[in-house]
Amino acid sequence: MSQTKDHAALAEVFNADEPRVDWHDETLWFIRQKRDKAAHTIPDWELLRETASQIKQHVLSNLSDYLQQFEANAKANGIIVHWAADAAEHNRIVHGILLQHQIDRMVKSKSMLTEECHLNEYLAEQGIEVIDSDLGERIVQLAKEPPSHIVLPCIHKKKEEIGELFHEHLGTPAGMADPQVLTEAARQHLRETFLTRRAALTGVNFAVAETGEFVICTNEGNADMGAHLADVHIASMGIEKLIPKREHLGVFLRLLARSATGQPITTYSSHFREPRPGHELHLVLVDNGRSVQLGREDFRNSLKCIRCGACMNTCPVYRRSGGHSYHTAVAGPIGSILAPNLDMKKHADLPFASTLCGSCSNVCPVKIDIHEQLYKWRQVIVKEGYADRKKTLGMKAMTQAFASPTAFRLAGKAGRWFMRHVPFVVSNQMNPWYKQREMPIPPKESFGEWYHKNREKHA
Amino acid sequence: MTVGLFIPCYVDQFYPNAAVATLELLEKQGVQVVYPPRQTCCGQPMANSGFEHLTKGSNDLFIQNFSGFDYIVAPSGSCVLHLKDHLHSDKHPAEAAAIRGRIYELIEFLTDVLQVDNLQARFPYRVGLHQSCHGQRGLKLAQMSELVAPPFSKPEQLLNMVEGLELVELARKDECCGFGGTFCVAEEAVSVKMGKDRVADHLQHGAEYITAADMSCLMHMEGILRRQKSNVKVLHIAEILNSQAL
Amino acid sequence: MPSRDTILAAVARNQPDRLPMPEVPAFVSADADLVEKFTNVAVSIGSRVFPVKGMDEVKRILLQEHSIAKRVITAFPELKDLGEVSVAADADPHTLADVDLAILPAQFGVAENSALWVTDAQLPVRVLPFICQHLALVIPQQNIVPLMHQAYAAIGGQAYGFGTFIAGPSKTADIEQSLVLGAHGARTLSVFILEEE
Repeated sequence: MSQTKDHAALAEVFNADEPRVDWHDETLWFIRQKRDKAAHTIPDWELLRETASQIKQHVLSNLSDYLQQFEANAKANGIIVHWAADAAEHNRIVHGILLQHQIDRMVKSKSMLTEECHLNEYLAEQGIEVIDSDLGERIVQLAKEPPSHIVLPCIHKKKEEIGELFHEHLGTPAGMADPQVLTEAARQHLRETFLTRRAALTGVNFAVAETGEFVICTNEGNADMGAHLADVHIASMGIEKLIPKREHLGVFLRLLARSATGQPITTYSSHFREPRPGHELHLVLVDNGRSVQLGREDFRNSLKCIRCGACMNTCPVYRRSGGHSYHTAVAGPIGSILAPNLDMKKHADLPFASTLCGSCSNVCPVKIDIHEQLYKWRQVIVKEGYADRKKTLGMKAMTQAFASPTAFRLAGKAGRWFMRHVPFVVSNQMNPWYKQREMPIPPKESFGEWYHKNREKHA
Repeated sequence: MTVGLFIPCYVDQFYPNAAVATLELLEKQGVQVVYPPRQTCCGQPMANSGFEHLTKGSNDLFIQNFSGFDYIVAPSGSCVLHLKDHLHSDKHPAEAAAIRGRIYELIEFLTDVLQVDNLQARFPYRVGLHQSCHGQRGLKLAQMSELVAPPFSKPEQLLNMVEGLELVELARKDECCGFGGTFCVAEEAVSVKMGKDRVADHLQHGAEYITAADMSCLMHMEGILRRQKSNVKVLHIAEILNSQAL
Repeated sequence: MPSRDTILAAVARNQPDRLPMPEVPAFVSADADLVEKFTNVAVSIGSRVFPVKGMDEVKRILLQEHSIAKRVITAFPELKDLGEVSVAADADPHTLADVDLAILPAQFGVAENSALWVTDAQLPVRVLPFICQHLALVIPQQNIVPLMHQAYAAIGGQAYGFGTFIAGPSKTADIEQSLVLGAHGARTLSVFILEEE
């Protein structure tokens, strides 16, 4: 996907339609409220988060052992394990499996990893058709758009727009926008898909080192419909999805759905330990930058993420800029600390797409210090030279002035120095501050001047 | 007890009344307050923009100005949080550490250190309290709506001591206003939208004044209110707590 | 070097110093009545819950609720009047596309989220509880545990090939957050709680 606009520019486009921004914001805030309500039913919620965080920290510190333990157990269970160093290798492995079985049509359930790897585009170039089976993903696929949210892929779309897409592609009546009717149409359409595809690809929510099994959580049942009907099931997972023991699933499954949508658990939490008798189960372990992130002391904790999307729902910036403004597979606060690891230059804007309000870190079920990592990425990005030059010069001038009380004091009348030097109040009608806000009115004297007259002189 | 008063640069330049109220509030409590005249900025605008490595000069200046006080107090949650987290010095590491431990935002200084239980203040208006994120989630001035934990609010504790003041309930009691330092110009569209939404919440609930422990949030919301030609005013919490009983 | 070794070497090089495995605290539920809790949660997520005294009552209710079901598969020989008693383990799963109702036992239920645990010990064919239009699960009342932690304690080291927690009917809210029951899996879930004798 070619992309030239940064987050701020894309967000400005999104904000051109204010009622729509209000609708987007309210929809996601509603989910945040459902999450709060669900969390508050559990008095031990904070202890549960802390436990989940510690389990994940422990996994990251023993990841090489756990990967080997998982691989050995999965193989013993009859699962065929593959390793992919990067997105390209992952895509080649999947393609290879399909070629081997002479399959040119595949059904896929939700996998953000395959979005990250751009698998669908790659397979399309190889002449292989992929149909996404999660309703939201199917909708954005028909619209030829990427998902805008990791849990709610088409949260940016209005039901009337979905109705039009379904009218065009699935033959629903023109003007039909009833979610019940549209969902039923998708059910019929995708049921035919499930029944005719010989290969199904799924994501993985958790993989258990101790047992060699993996768990997939869905509400729709699409992962199960695909996997249990196909001859070949391919599951793709990032290497950070491991947990040590089966009993740890108790901790994570209590947190995941409550954090994501406020449900007590997803409708289906399916544990795949062995292939269906007579069928193949492939598992692709993907690195794609994760081992690099593991080596970044300040950022490795981002690998604790269980992809619940709570940080997106609570983020006041995400709610008012939309997932596509982040121009990366995983949007929102968590995406903004993951993406720079993969391509710092391309994603240099993302850690700045935040007010550092900290709400993301508070809702995170595995206690990732998201807003602190955003701050730290800003330092790294500037040091690596990816900040724009004008900003750098402005900052240097401001820094020198602040380091020198004389320059600051001698700037004259209150407010004048500020109006000239501080980016957010530069007195200039071209200044973005002034577009929709008034400037502060400079008072007749600064506090420093008042103090000199009223206190120092009398001291 | 001697307190070094740190007045953030933009408060000094644009909102001297908030600074005067802070000074007078502390003096009323019998605290000896000193305002070191050579102070400038905490360094946060640079650091939050990714230029923390350029803040050595302002850090050393801060240490020169504020070493040796029993406490340092500032009427800004945001600046205080920045200094607590990021005030470092290669030349004076011990002094930097001492300041990080002794610096307080005004509200928490009043409630936690001075343990104020009575204010001779009167402010007969409907007031909306804006929780600045750095004060709330950073300094923990109030419980955060995301956590499953007992509620408390240090600013409300003080505002409840003000005669005649009526606090309005908000629909979203701790949503960010969108100021965010340079975010307010770098991400102008989202920043303004966040500000408009925050202001609307206060207006819909009948606030006559919007107050906060952070003037930067208020500066942003004031800019929006004035553009909307609203009669609703912003006022730093120190000015309300220091308002004279008649 | 094959990618496996490259990845493992990079991970070993970059992972932080080893941290101990934390103890999972002994989480307990404050709910005194597990059946009541289970029922409330189940109903809130769209399940139908029927407390029953025996399989006769299950049969009577199913005949009433699913009178138009054409193809019914059940794992309970007591319900043989309702339809086929199970399917061959090697049946082609595609042949189950026309199943209207499947009636299966669950090993246990979880009060906090109304999830029911089923493995291939209960499932003749894995796809059955997903592909059927309507699903009924039967659970003895004494097999309801409070929290997921107790559920996994009950699962222990079971060597299933496939196991799943099912909580409610298949659903989606992908279109403007409007909840629609019956996405790709079963449109309804009826839970029969067998009272203790």
